[in-house]
Amino acid sequence: MPLAQTATTVPVVVDDDLCIADKGCTVCVDVCPLDVLRIAVKDDGTKTAYMKYDECWYCMPCEADCPTDAVTVNLPYLLK
Amino acid sequence: MDEILDGLTQIDCDILVIGGGTAGPMAALKAKRKNPEANVVLLDKANVKRSGAISMGMDGLNNSVIPGYATPEQYTKEITIANDGICDQAAVYRYAQECYGIIQELDEFGIRFQKDQNGEYDVKKVHHIGTYVLPMPNGDTVKKALYRQLRKARINIINRFMATRLLTGEGRVAGAICVNTRTAEFLVVRAKAVIMGLGAAGRLGLPTSGYLYGTYENASNSGEGYAMAYHAGAGLANLECYQINPLIKDYNGPACAYVAGPMGGYTANAKGERFIECDYWSGQMMQEFFDELQGGKGPVYLKLNHLAEETIAEIERVLHIVERPTRGHFHEGRGTDYRKQMIEMHISEIGFCSGHSASGVFVDEHARTTIPGLYAAGDMANVPHNYMLGAFTNGAFAGLDAADFINDVDYASFDEGEVEAERTRVLAPTKREDGIPPNQIEYKTRRLVNDYLQPPKVTAKMELAQQRFEEVREDMETGMYARDAHELMRALEASTILDCAEMAASASMFRTESRWGLYHNRVEYERDDDNWFCHTILTKGADGQPVHKKQDVKPYVVEIAEDEKDAYYKQRVDPSSVAAE
Ligand SMILES: Cc1cc2nc3c(=O)[nH]c(=O)nc-3n(C[C@H](O)[C@H](O)[C@H](O)COP(=O)(O)OP(=O)(O)OC[C@H]3O[C@@H](n4cnc5c(N)ncnc54)[C@H](O)[C@@H]3O)c2cc1C
Ligand code: SF4
Ligand code: SF4
Repeated sequence: MPLAQTATTVPVVVDDDLCIADKGCTVCVDVCPLDVLRIAVKDDGTKTAYMKYDECWYCMPCEADCPTDAVTVNLPYLLK
Repeated sequence: MDEILDGLTQIDCDILVIGGGTAGPMAALKAKRKNPEANVVLLDKANVKRSGAISMGMDGLNNSVIPGYATPEQYTKEITIANDGICDQAAVYRYAQECYGIIQELDEFGIRFQKDQNGEYDVKKVHHIGTYVLPMPNGDTVKKALYRQLRKARINIINRFMATRLLTGEGRVAGAICVNTRTAEFLVVRAKAVIMGLGAAGRLGLPTSGYLYGTYENASNSGEGYAMAYHAGAGLANLECYQINPLIKDYNGPACAYVAGPMGGYTANAKGERFIECDYWSGQMMQEFFDELQGGKGPVYLKLNHLAEETIAEIERVLHIVERPTRGHFHEGRGTDYRKQMIEMHISEIGFCSGHSASGVFVDEHARTTIPGLYAAGDMANVPHNYMLGAFTNGAFAGLDAADFINDVDYASFDEGEVEAERTRVLAPTKREDGIPPNQIEYKTRRLVNDYLQPPKVTAKMELAQQRFEEVREDMETGMYARDAHELMRALEASTILDCAEMAASASMFRTESRWGLYHNRVEYERDDDNWFCHTILTKGADGQPVHKKQDVKPYVVEIAEDEKDAYYKQRVDPSSVAAE
């Protein structure tokens, strides 16, 4: 059975201007219990964290442990 | 990251602890301290720093037995009554005797507990009979404090490996097969003893929000502990005694009568009237909740809007910061304020979790399962109403016993073919060109759990569930498709969830009576002490299907008087007394 491209919004937002993934930080990716965050390379070649998988327990270690307060955890749309 | 790599490594250790949440770290610490020469490995699917139910912290100890407030005898009695008598008391009694020592140790780790002006522990009454709830003002530091101890003790920590199957041989445990959640590489761990602390089966029913991860439990606890024990041949006890919780609707987190209750908050019906005397979670209490809704008196709410401003501010300070800190965001988004509105609650989807009910892998008072060398503690082991302190304390028992067990044994040999078979099973979804993604297999399984297994339980519905689960299994085994290592982890979880769903149905069919209030409310059957005052033990049969047997409840350590036995069924508030509230 072929797969579709159905879109979904994700609850966790990273402020690219504050994120220091480019300096090697991966804290939020490391701590997330559901392992849903990853580091992406932006168009200008620098790096930033982002939510790759919509599988969030809205628990907050990513936000609490980020050294630059770049992460905001919102509630997943389906339950907010 | 996430690209599927081909690889297999084998390592050896003396004690393998699977699950670095709550029970696991304590087990590892105790084992290492007792036997400093032992090589202790603590392995987790997530990162031990922030894994498990207490990932962000905890509001308090729900079930502490503190001298001056409660005795081990009282506590054992209360938990026995809350479980309709189906309880091997030895494990509960040992917990009750030794948990105070664990509290003192946690205190030394830097986790503070609430004290009154005289420096005495400030224990609150929430349970029906006794006083056991101890708040933790800096509950947000639990995980950090534990992690420091693990580093200090030089426990070997392995993160992001998911255990999928246990290895056995020579009639005892031999190790475990694990898969890297970011590369799909295999790790075979040979061990002389294995301690399981993999938490609840938290993704069994589907939350009414429809969001797969909108669960009460930490959603990374998908029930591998139960599935692994099952496939290894261990006995699982009373799985029909589901976990069902009274939660904030949609948010699906605890309404926290345990925090708000002692400060004057309570569960109320739509009129704002109290209808249950005691907000402590039990099957009998959930039945009253259900009846209130059925009687058209719902929705049911958490009521705080009668409290003074400073009390509410204090409640917010705890509930919006420690355990589930997004709770404040949720209320803000909804425009609900404890001062003005009551907060809508609902009845959760089902799960397995002894932390709050009683079902799980069968263990004795040493946390030994029915397989020599294999231990289980915390939410996945069947010691009833474990909660956090139970996970710590029973985890400690497991670690202490395992430290001795390894002295007398070498590695058990196992069939290498089992590893090959597991590799084939695990990787099958990566070998297809397309197919059904794991999230659809999972969604369908969990939706069927809601449709057919959520109590009240009806035989014909459960039979339908069994048929439908078989169909989903066929689809899963022939057509599930994973594109990367992360999806493969979800695929493995989907298969665990299906195993647990089948066990839930099968166990519920076996016990042809009603017991534990809503948890096992089988509408066609009344409670039947003559035939069913016993444990039910589920194991894997020769044909790969669950088989069941009855097992006697061990003679009580603490006797229960005839007129006390049904205390938990006396929950309903006498309507004439409500006016006085
Ligand atoms: C929201 C919430 C609030 C609670 N509030 C309280 C409270 O206020 N007071 C109280 O006393 N109790 C409370 N409890 C209960 C208490 O937190 C739990 O009973 C206890 O923490 C369970 O410990 P555990 O070790 O069994 O599971 P967990 O601490 O959840 O640990 C399980 C671990 O296993 C890992 N794991 C899972 N599957 C695998 C796998 N396949 N391979 C490897 N690792 C795996 C997970 O990543 C996790 O680290 C609460 C629970 C929840 C969910
Ligand atoms: S923790 Fe913060 S700074 Fe570090 S990668 Fe994540 S978002 Fe960026
Ligand atoms: S809120 Fe929790 S599950 Fe969601 S991204 Fe952050 S750490 Fe991960």
